[in-house]
Amino acid sequence: MSGTRFASTADYVADDDLVAVVDAAVALGRPLLVKGEPGTGKTQLAHAVAEALGKPLLTWHVKSTTKAMDGLYQYDVVQRLNDARFGDGDVRDISRYIKLGVLGRAFSADSQHVVLIDEVDKADLEFPNDLLRELDEMAFHIPETDETVRARHRPITLITSNAEKELPDAFLRRCVFHYIAFPTPERMTQIVRAHLPDLDDRLLERALDRFFGLRKVRGLRKPPSTSELLDWLAVLVHAGIDADRLDEAHPFLGVLLKQERDLVAVRKGAAGTVW
Amino acid sequence: MFTAFLYRLRAEGVPVGTSEWLALLRGLAEGLATDLDGLYRLGRALLCRTEADYDAFDIAFADTFRGAALDPAVREKLESWLADAVERSSDELVDPAFSDAQLWEELLKRLAEQTERHDGGNHWVGTGGTSPFGHSGRAARGIRIGGPGGNRGAVQVADERQWASYRTDTTLETRDLTVALKALRKLQREGDWALDLPETIDRTCQNAGDIDLAFARERTNQVRLVLFMDAGGSMAPHAERVEQLFTAADEVGAFASFEAYFFHNCPYSWLWTDFEAGERRPTAEVLAELGPRHRLLFVGDASMAPYELFTTTGWGSEADRATGIEWLRRFRRRCPASAWLNPDPRRWWDHPTVSAVGQIFPMHELSVDGLKDAVAALRKPV
Repeated sequence: MSGTRFASTADYVADDDLVAVVDAAVALGRPLLVKGEPGTGKTQLAHAVAEALGKPLLTWHVKSTTKAMDGLYQYDVVQRLNDARFGDGDVRDISRYIKLGVLGRAFSADSQHVVLIDEVDKADLEFPNDLLRELDEMAFHIPETDETVRARHRPITLITSNAEKELPDAFLRRCVFHYIAFPTPERMTQIVRAHLPDLDDRLLERALDRFFGLRKVRGLRKPPSTSELLDWLAVLVHAGIDADRLDEAHPFLGVLLKQERDLVAVRKGAAGTVW
Repeated sequence: MFTAFLYRLRAEGVPVGTSEWLALLRGLAEGLATDLDGLYRLGRALLCRTEADYDAFDIAFADTFRGAALDPAVREKLESWLADAVERSSDELVDPAFSDAQLWEELLKRLAEQTERHDGGNHWVGTGGTSPFGHSGRAARGIRIGGPGGNRGAVQVADERQWASYRTDTTLETRDLTVALKALRKLQREGDWALDLPETIDRTCQNAGDIDLAFARERTNQVRLVLFMDAGGSMAPHAERVEQLFTAADEVGAFASFEAYFFHNCPYSWLWTDFEAGERRPTAEVLAELGPRHRLLFVGDASMAPYELFTTTGWGSEADRATGIEWLRRFRRRCPASAWLNPDPRRWWDHPTVSAVGQIFPMHELSVDGLKDAVAALRKPV
């Protein structure tokens, strides 16, 4: 982690709401589900928690093809088949072909881990349901070896979601839920300060004005988020744009808006309609 | 007090079940909440399942723990009074020694006396001013009623209802619409070929250990979505919401195809692909392309002059001169997996053309919840 990241980590710890929900999740042994717009720092929260509690972090990046099983263990049947055919190693020992996934490793570790299940909504609709029992009991069975992997130390589980898909009710019932609201202008000032400490006050103030104004334009396909703002500010500083110029023009608008249609809409002065 | 809170939450529509409630009690027993702020945070984290519940939670919380519940009718009346804040600066403050209970008693008394909207001043409930009641005022302590929390001098944070815009029954977020539309996907084994492991193992065993590879097609989504949107005059106030639905449908990206057409009042013999540029296609041609994999969503208020729906229009062949209602029936016959979304609230649907259209297509409100219902209906095998 870079120096600027540390400041935003300290920032997280200071947020009362988040401290309360993390405490609740840890004390009740329930997974913490964090939702929010992209760029609100959901993933960083897991890092901050792991760091603050001094526990190792295991991250499971969920993709559209991820299955619940991938997080528990994988049985490398192709390797075994290959070994059986070509006579490499002892194929009778199935445990040689069992590879533990992120949850499996966290369960079998001899100290408590923080587990981040990142972007749970990327996977199939049924994915969260398939994990219910494992997250409830913190144990799973491997039929191939007739072994049960039981958590020696219940991991602190954080789950992030961009709300691409709705999560099943049964899953939601078992989670501590927190929605990270988009930062207010005051908080955004702190965030920017943490990343760009030398920024000119007036430039920051004007830029935030324009930024939040832009977010209010209705019908944008992709409203700019924190990371776009930081990039934009860096570009403004690099190009030496004067704070006053921001009032008349939107320099480097393309850094904030990534979709051609949004750019056209904002340049026209209003979000266009399709007809 | 606590059980009252539970029932208040359920009354506001937060789906709190026994297990969540027990979790909250357990949390309290563990000392996770020692004051009202803590209870608010813990309760929200454990009892809300989505940010859409936050607003209802705020209302229930404020009502229960403030010790006084405002009648919803009174609340609505108040909120309309206070809709426009009059921002005024003033340094005369009223007596800050009012206790919460006194404040409420006093408020209810003044509400009873007050009969009209009031801005400024130092006694009545209204915007601006230095009375401890209302909002955007400058009193040191007071009960804020509706409106934006300008100076944050109010007793309860929950009453600010900062999550009100996250409610799904009233708002229409493109993101929520995308989520709702995604449920339309139907996966079928028609994609690329991939190794079918169980089958391979099975065949290899049958084959006395000699590896015999088996392949199967991957699952892909085969649903084709077609959106028909009314761009007529009475739809102008809804343009933004229709645009959001269009954006969402376009963004899903998970459909085998997505097409959008515009019509005026009702589809007749032509459908527009671009109104401004005047690009259009014969409706019969579009109709002929529809198959069992298509899902149709019509968006329109369906309210027009009766002759626009029931009498013959246009020129050309016999088939082209069908009535609007006949064109709709043709769509429905061709593609039973179709639904109609109406941007007008349900209470306005008592109109001859709306009910006629509603008899052909299942009609739902154009809201996140309405879209979810429509999608659920489209998913059912027809």
